Amino acid sequence: MDRQTNHSGKSWRARLAGVLRGRDEHPSGAAPPGTSQARAIFKIALGFAMILALFTPAPAQTQKKNSCIECHAKLDDPRVSAPAKLFDNDIHRGRGLSCNDCHGGDPNADTKEGAKDPSKGYLGKPKTADIPAYCGKCHSDANLMKRFNPSLRVDQEREYYSSVHGKLLKTGEQRVATCVSCHSVHGIRAISDPLSSVYPSNVAETCSKCHASADYMRGFGIPNDQFDKYKKSVHANAIYVKQDLSAPTCNDCHGNHGAAPPGIASVANVCGTCHGRQAELFQVSPHKAAFDQRQFGECIKCHSNHFIAKPGDELIGTGEKSVCITCHAAGDKGFIAAGLMRGRIDELIASVDRSTEILGRAERAGMEVSRPKFEMKEATDALTHARVLIHSSSTAEVDKVVAPGLAASVKGYQAGLGALAERTFRRKGLAVSLVFILFLAALVYLKVRQIEDRPAVRGTKQIAIFVLSAILAYLIKPMLFGPVQRVDAVLVGIFFVNYIVLSLVFAFGGSLLKRNKE
Amino acid sequence: MRIEAIRAWLDERLSISTLAGMAQKKEVPVHRHSIWYYFGGMTLFLFVVQVVTGILLLLYYRPSAETAFESVQFIITEVPFGWLIRSIHSWSANLLIGTLFIHMFSVFFMKAYRSPREITWVTGALLLFIFLGFGFSGYLLPWNKLAFFATKVGTDIAGVIPGAGHFMLRFLRGGDDVTGATLTRFYGFHVAVLPAITTVLLGIHALLVQLHGMSVPPGLAGKSVKKMKFVPNFLLRDLIGWILAIGVLAALAALFPWELGEKADAFASAPAGIKPEWYFLFMFETLKLVPAKIFTIDGEVIAILAFSLGGLAWVLVPFFDKATSGRTRSLAFTIAGLVIVIYMVAMTVYGFVM
Repeated sequence: MDRQTNHSGKSWRARLAGVLRGRDEHPSGAAPPGTSQARAIFKIALGFAMILALFTPAPAQTQKKNSCIECHAKLDDPRVSAPAKLFDNDIHRGRGLSCNDCHGGDPNADTKEGAKDPSKGYLGKPKTADIPAYCGKCHSDANLMKRFNPSLRVDQEREYYSSVHGKLLKTGEQRVATCVSCHSVHGIRAISDPLSSVYPSNVAETCSKCHASADYMRGFGIPNDQFDKYKKSVHANAIYVKQDLSAPTCNDCHGNHGAAPPGIASVANVCGTCHGRQAELFQVSPHKAAFDQRQFGECIKCHSNHFIAKPGDELIGTGEKSVCITCHAAGDKGFIAAGLMRGRIDELIASVDRSTEILGRAERAGMEVSRPKFEMKEATDALTHARVLIHSSSTAEVDKVVAPGLAASVKGYQAGLGALAERTFRRKGLAVSLVFILFLAALVYLKVRQIEDRPAVRGTKQIAIFVLSAILAYLIKPMLFGPVQRVDAVLVGIFFVNYIVLSLVFAFGGSLLKRNKE
Repeated sequence: MRIEAIRAWLDERLSISTLAGMAQKKEVPVHRHSIWYYFGGMTLFLFVVQVVTGILLLLYYRPSAETAFESVQFIITEVPFGWLIRSIHSWSANLLIGTLFIHMFSVFFMKAYRSPREITWVTGALLLFIFLGFGFSGYLLPWNKLAFFATKVGTDIAGVIPGAGHFMLRFLRGGDDVTGATLTRFYGFHVAVLPAITTVLLGIHALLVQLHGMSVPPGLAGKSVKKMKFVPNFLLRDLIGWILAIGVLAALAALFPWELGEKADAFASAPAGIKPEWYFLFMFETLKLVPAKIFTIDGEVIAILAFSLGGLAWVLVPFFDKATSGRTRSLAFTIAGLVIVIYMVAMTVYGFVM
């Protein structure tokens, strides 16, 4: 049984050819009329065929003749030989389509005339103006397309004519993008294929082929630096450097088949498809009405369009780099609000930095601060949230999240202080313990000397006191006077005090033992 | 008078005076290698530290995948001096393995394993494996990322053993993967099985040391060697070492608290440069360097078999060295021991540097 035969008994290829030729023998899609006897014979034959198919090894797909490819591949002129070579990787070929499925003609014919016989539906190369309809014959046919991919959209052609490209094409302009300008021709790949010209990371370059060319764009009255600007944007960084394919490229803001610049009042909606919360806050902010009234392009007024840099806190406030001061003059309401919002954010940043620094210091000192570090997320989250809330242009809204953020940050700072105090306590405790431990060890040592009736070796005792004094000096100095950077007068002073005290302790211990012995 | 009466009562029942008499009689040879005699006592002292701090940790530790990490975190942040106990337990464990190795190799090089001390050596060698087991099982208990993956790698190695490997892996892990079941199992080994075995082996080991007294190196055998009384001379010297050990442990705990790290996450990727504890490093590095195939057999399998046989041979050393027992130095064994020490040190250093 022919795998390409559909339920109506008619091959989809035949139907496709019909669609292309513009005449479908059975537009209703109903089965051809036949007698009940014929239907019975057909059913029996079908049953046999299925049984046979079960016990017969699947044959390799029969190689059909394709004189188009055979001839075109041999031609010297690359303009006519390229299609035959490119078609190998074309998605349509992968789905079982061949040259004649789009261009008509007879691939079984051995002569050029036979192959390009108009009576066999030969259409040749379509004109630019005909391309959308040419592709649309299949791609706009929902019944046909669902055979290949049920979720594939079929409104591209209709949408195309809503685009600037489509509208210009209708006016007779030939220098506009059609299907093949973006998807290429003969070597068309699936959009999920990284080699496709419309794969997310390739889209901007595809658009730039026309839009970045000053010559090509002459007369259209639009700039041609969009690609250069886009390449420097935070979005391009996300898509090219971070390999984040969900980051926006040309078609995400302009649309693909219906490509057009968004209107002044719909910019926030476009940006809002990703930056939802910011767009939502902007829509209810006092800026919305003011921007619309002055014909400012919403988000792009502050963030620009193609060259959208990574936004920093310097964008808000009253500083030199602030975007607020482009409209607001010193002393007006917006100027004051911008200054206040920036002040609150700066306050939170300073607090978070201070807490992070002290917690880092405690952690490097070996203290366990993972819990307060985790709790600091509340403060950093508040900072992120505050940076979003500035789109409301309301100081009160910003303050609502900055205040708890500051509280969380202060808590983290206190935890850091506590950890460092604990570290100091441990070191002090260690110093005190070591004095007792070493004293005890020295006493036992003297006891050994005593029971073995040997005087303690003087040199050994002096060296022990010297080393011990030095160790203690290094431990005591940071507790009383701050960290030891180098050998200074304070350190030497502490060393001598230690030396004197320890000498006295040893002398006292020794005399005690001697007295016991006597 | 009353104290005398109590002593007499106890003596009648426990023969304290006999034991005291034995202790009084015990002597330690004094020679230029006497310093090595202190490492056995030091190991024993560190073991006591482990027992005491371990029991204290047990008061708060909760052995399950959901609570282990949090309970250790609680110990080191909330429990008064919990940080000290936990850090001392971890540091002392490492020092213990260190002194154990020193004690073992000093006994080896002084040929103290020879007749009639074979059993002392065997129990000591077995104790080494038990303490390595303590280290391996205890490492997982805080249930942090590093320990989790180190245990995964370590138990994977056990799984390579031909024949019994898969069973061993499942027995150690309590399943095919390292999970909460592994943690509970390791906890059981760490606080019940291994301590029980240790008690028996250590009891025999210490008893035999008392029975046979201290061994003298072959070079000094037969010569008149100066002696020192065990009680109080040697014991007081031991005491100095132990007091200083407390000081070292306190300093390490206060200045370099043992890290807790991040909680284990089975779905996280293994941290880069994962390494086992230093005392397993020489074996780990060997396994990494061994070729994938040696005569069609997995290089890893051969290396593991070699280590297993090496371990067994090490336990049985006194029975191989029988021919040269007595006063001979048996140079071959000394050289073999040196090669082993150099290899272990070199591979450990290599492991740290790489």
